[in-house]
Amino acid sequence: MMDALRMLRQEGLRHDLPDFRPGDTVKVHFKVVEGGRERIQAYEGVVIGRRGGGISETFTVRRVSYGVGVERTFPLHSPRIDRLEVTRRGQVRRAKLFYLRGLTGKAARIKERRS
Amino acid sequence: MKGILGKKIGMSQIFDETGKVIPVTAIQAGPCRVVQVKTAGRDGYAAVQLGFEAAKVNRPRAGHFARAGLEPQAYLRELPAEAEQYQEGQQLRADVFEPGERVDVVGTSRGKGFQGGVRRWGFGRGPMTHGSKYHRGPGSLAPRSSGGGGHVHKGRRMPGHLGNTRVTVRNLTVVRVDPERNLLLIRGAVPGARGSLVLVRQAKSGKGR
Repeated sequence: MMDALRMLRQEGLRHDLPDFRPGDTVKVHFKVVEGGRERIQAYEGVVIGRRGGGISETFTVRRVSYGVGVERTFPLHSPRIDRLEVTRRGQVRRAKLFYLRGLTGKAARIKERRS
Repeated sequence: MKGILGKKIGMSQIFDETGKVIPVTAIQAGPCRVVQVKTAGRDGYAAVQLGFEAAKVNRPRAGHFARAGLEPQAYLRELPAEAEQYQEGQQLRADVFEPGERVDVVGTSRGKGFQGGVRRWGFGRGPMTHGSKYHRGPGSLAPRSSGGGGHVHKGRRMPGHLGNTRVTVRNLTVVRVDPERNLLLIRGAVPGARGSLVLVRQAKSGKGR
């Protein structure tokens, strides 16, 4: 019985997305329906956290747009994510980067990760 | 009435065609067997008795199943139904339902033990601080004298055992049917713990009838 549940939760998982971690800068190509038409909208920002597991995993991307901080949370396995690019890898020391909300400009920079 | 017995497997979520997240409960629905068809003429009412899951039973009980040519079943439940729709010994699978259909789900809620009035009935509580000595008590049970007072009415909501009762959730939508694995995915939550018996039947009321 538990296997049936585990199997069910495996279904629809996406394996085509690259690995990324909190602190990375990603560009999410998200399908949006606008006036009956579907188009792809890109949203770029810093991943400030991932939560959940399996099919219910989500990640939050923060960006500062026209001086206003914007955070969007995407379901990681959503079929509406067309493509996801990692544009920059960041070196951070925690899993949730909520402290970025209180920082702007120079202070909100993230060190690049070199592997 | 259409229905099937099953086991609650657990909850998950799936994406619909538009990419929206739908919370679903997976139910291992069937295979069920029609153990007995009751008719108004013989039994006083028309119903169909469904059995679910093989089990070991004692001899007197085994005879009941042998009459329909079946292995003994662990669970038996009845649904009102006319005899023409069912035959004894017939097998029912998850595909008695289709996606989009509305169903009622009957289960046994998880037992929560002896609970106070705040949790069991939603009573408000008193202040926890500022010198208050009245925290989560039930309050006054009845007036002392005026207006026929002096006694506690029957049915007065008090602390006691919560849960482990029959609960029906009505009008849930069937999201997906998997006849191969006998799975039903039903939108929303369903009463009971994982692994507990549930009855899924055609909705008795509402739009989807």
